[in-house]
Amino acid sequence: MSDPRTTELSNVSTTVLGADEIILNMGPQHPSTHGVLRVKLKLDGERVVDSECIIGYLHRGVEKIAEHRSYQQFAPYVDRMDYVAAVSNGLGYCEAVEKLLGTEAPIRARVARTILTELQRIASHLLWLGTHALDIGALTPVFYCFREREEILKIFEKYCGARLTTHAFRIGGLQYETYDGFEQDVKRFCDDFTHRIDEYETLLTENRIWVGRTKGVGILSAADAIALGVTGPVLRASGVKWDLRKAMPYAAYDLYQFEIPTRETGDTYDRYVVRMEEMRQSRLICLQAIENIPTGPIMARIGKVLKPPPGEVYHSIEAPKGELGYYIVSDGTTQPYRVRVRPPSFINLQAFDKMARGSLVADVVAIIGTIDIVLGEVDR
Amino acid sequence: MGNWLSPSVMRLVLPLLYAVVIVAVLPLLAGYIVLLERKVMADMQARLGPMRVGPHGLLQPIADAVKLLLKEDIVPDKADRLLFWLAPLVSVTMALLAYAALPIGPAFLIADLNIGLLFILAVSSLGIYGIVLGGWASNSHYSLLGALRSAAQLVSYETAAGLGLISALLLAGSLSMKDIVMAQYDQGIWFIFYVPIGFFIYMVGSIAETNRAPFDLPEAESELVAGYMTEYSGFRWSLYFLAEYANMIIVAGIATTLFLGGWLRPFASSHTALPGTSIELLDALPSLLVLGVALYCFYLAPKQPVKIQKLVMAMAGGLCLIIAGALAGALFASPAVLQGIHGAFWFLAKVFAYIYFFLWFRFTFPRYRFDQLMRLGWRFLIPLALVNLIATATALLATREWGGSLFFYTILADVVTLAVAMFLAKNDEVDSAIPVADGE
Amino acid sequence: MGLNSILFYFFAALAVVSAILMVTRRNVVHGAVYLITTLLATAGVFLLLQAEFLFITQVILYVGGIMVLFVFVIMLVNLDVSLLQYQFNRQRFVAGALALALAAQLFVVIKMGKTSLFPQARIPEVLPKNTEAVADALFGRFMLPFEIASILLLVAMIGAVVMAKRRV
Repeated sequence: MSDPRTTELSNVSTTVLGADEIILNMGPQHPSTHGVLRVKLKLDGERVVDSECIIGYLHRGVEKIAEHRSYQQFAPYVDRMDYVAAVSNGLGYCEAVEKLLGTEAPIRARVARTILTELQRIASHLLWLGTHALDIGALTPVFYCFREREEILKIFEKYCGARLTTHAFRIGGLQYETYDGFEQDVKRFCDDFTHRIDEYETLLTENRIWVGRTKGVGILSAADAIALGVTGPVLRASGVKWDLRKAMPYAAYDLYQFEIPTRETGDTYDRYVVRMEEMRQSRLICLQAIENIPTGPIMARIGKVLKPPPGEVYHSIEAPKGELGYYIVSDGTTQPYRVRVRPPSFINLQAFDKMARGSLVADVVAIIGTIDIVLGEVDR
Repeated sequence: MGNWLSPSVMRLVLPLLYAVVIVAVLPLLAGYIVLLERKVMADMQARLGPMRVGPHGLLQPIADAVKLLLKEDIVPDKADRLLFWLAPLVSVTMALLAYAALPIGPAFLIADLNIGLLFILAVSSLGIYGIVLGGWASNSHYSLLGALRSAAQLVSYETAAGLGLISALLLAGSLSMKDIVMAQYDQGIWFIFYVPIGFFIYMVGSIAETNRAPFDLPEAESELVAGYMTEYSGFRWSLYFLAEYANMIIVAGIATTLFLGGWLRPFASSHTALPGTSIELLDALPSLLVLGVALYCFYLAPKQPVKIQKLVMAMAGGLCLIIAGALAGALFASPAVLQGIHGAFWFLAKVFAYIYFFLWFRFTFPRYRFDQLMRLGWRFLIPLALVNLIATATALLATREWGGSLFFYTILADVVTLAVAMFLAKNDEVDSAIPVADGE
Repeated sequence: MGLNSILFYFFAALAVVSAILMVTRRNVVHGAVYLITTLLATAGVFLLLQAEFLFITQVILYVGGIMVLFVFVIMLVNLDVSLLQYQFNRQRFVAGALALALAAQLFVVIKMGKTSLFPQARIPEVLPKNTEAVADALFGRFMLPFEIASILLLVAMIGAVVMAKRRV
């Protein structure tokens, strides 16, 4: 009956700590919780029997602030939620307000938005890969990933002046034209990027130790994933082929050919493979897009003062971490009545308990990493 | 004056001198190996490493040592004071004691014990107490668990490493470190070519024994169970650190002596000499190599961006020139001096090559989880080591009974052992892919 | 007073003092550490008798193996209870009497001094190399007892694993 793992370890822990179950507290300050997340684990020896995530350490009242800002004024605030992938936050918000207004950004703006968002997806996944590998003990990939991320952030800086909290998009389109040399920079990055991903794959994908630490760890079945409302790479790794870029296309995604990677088991290794493949697909989208950026205006004609008609809208996009949705209720004034953000990390974090039960304490760190959460988004 | 140099006095004074040299040089050497590690790590991670303290970071170890010595000595409130004081001491003493039997040159040996190898192994296994007592004395659950895990890991992999060593020992026929190297000289071939699998087993075992990645779970910062060193700060911590790096050099020294020919140069038994002189051709190799390094430094020096870096490169080149000169000069001195200096060169070169692998593995592989680590040790490495031992012994017996070359029989033995290794590895894969499902 | 004598007295004194400290310490871990010192001192005496293989085996097996297990068990067991217990129990008088008897026997033996208990035995002038001699004896003349002892240990090990596994 006993799995070999329990026998070797529970002998050591159980006797020392007397009782059979102890409660272990991780965080809120811990090098591996990727932010201020507190996790309380109930352990039976080395096995996790129950877990509880305590969040809220980074709550800043963003949604309440939205009620007291005009629509354009609120745009920089959304960057600060998922601060690792600010551009996609901005995309979701701007498109939601455009939907509320009943307009659409011009095609040139939509294509440029797509390119920048896909670059941001690559950057977000690179950061995820670096920190996840670092938690599992691979000390080198994090530096390589940040080297590539640096190239993307340089492109962002040349475009809008900021690297991290970019406020790249405006409601109705873009404020800045793509700079001279934008296409060349993106093309150069994409050309280099294939053999960089191959580099990371050489270090990790076939490595026995990596496979041993990620295969079979933190399994989430497809039924559980759907029941919990999990979206993004976590959902796709569990076998559900659902990506908003294909299911409900927004921006310019319907113009391009790309695949949606899915896997079957839903363990940490599958999530790793899915995200690696997503990076490759994002690169393909960028290459297709920069071949042919249409000319035209970059801003729709919507006027300086925005007073959307009373009503409500829910618009979601496929952010790097999952489905990022904005539910905006307008009462006809310049300030929204309510902005509710559907943060993918918050919803995905619910799956943590499901994934962590029955696994070993040493795997908890890997599981937190594989869900890819950003506390700014979880707590808002 | 004549009385002072009599052999009996020399027998006492010379080892004492060597001991003093080793104890004095070793902390400095360990510090510079740390710097080397940081530079190699930086190189593999596409960055530069320590650059500010001294040119190219060369004074970094000194800065670190000064900082550690000046730090406040914190002793946890409920800690066991005697053991808290004793534990790092045990670690460091055992690490340094092992150097007594390590042969750096044919005459550079503090004590040529006829159980030299066993002595080093015994002293290494005593080093475990430093860890266990340290974890206990810290009076913290997590330190204790980390210490016990570390000790369990050490004990398991020590067994495997020892079995790997024995396969080379069979070929040597003696436990004395000096005799082992002389056996490689007599047989004209380094033992790694006879028992490469034994070398591999010893290498993996030694990485686990010194708590290096990928087996460094007890020390890792991002894991929940903090290591045994957590409560130690300042000088006590630096003792543990010194013990770890001294241990690394010891295991590298053992591997060099048993598998890589110790202080012998490659092709030590072939004595082709330069025509007309008694200087052997291959003996010129060390000075040529170092000369090559010196020329490379001089070549790189003008290309450095900053003036101070140019200066440092030129000085490094100059240092290499001096060493090359010393090595070449030794060619003309008495054979004892020649053997001494060149022997030390080759020994250190091999030790550094071995340590480079340690550093390389640390930055390439992720960490093993503790249960996977123990499974690897007990279900793969130890059975493989046993099979390797039996196969090597059979090969030796076959050579004695039926004649023929030992090389041929050991190749057969290695093929058999490899087949067993594949079989064991396949078994291992199946077992460790047990998924963790709900309600199992 | 040659070097040998000095070293012998040093090791002997160390062994005796450590042994006394071991049995009188209240802190069990300290007791274990003193036991380690006693064993090391005994190993030193072996070395003085030119039995270097025995010396190194004592260190590797006893101190490096068996005592590590002792220490593991001591550290894993809940010590709060045992630390409060009184060190000497009701049987101390019987124990004392037995110790006196043993001491008397040892005294007599030491008094007999140079006359060996086995007059026929004679230590050869030049001792054969220690490791080889032990190997010849173990794998030559005493092969069967050696194998029986190893099987006994194997059986004990398997028995221990089986018993521990069942409890989990």
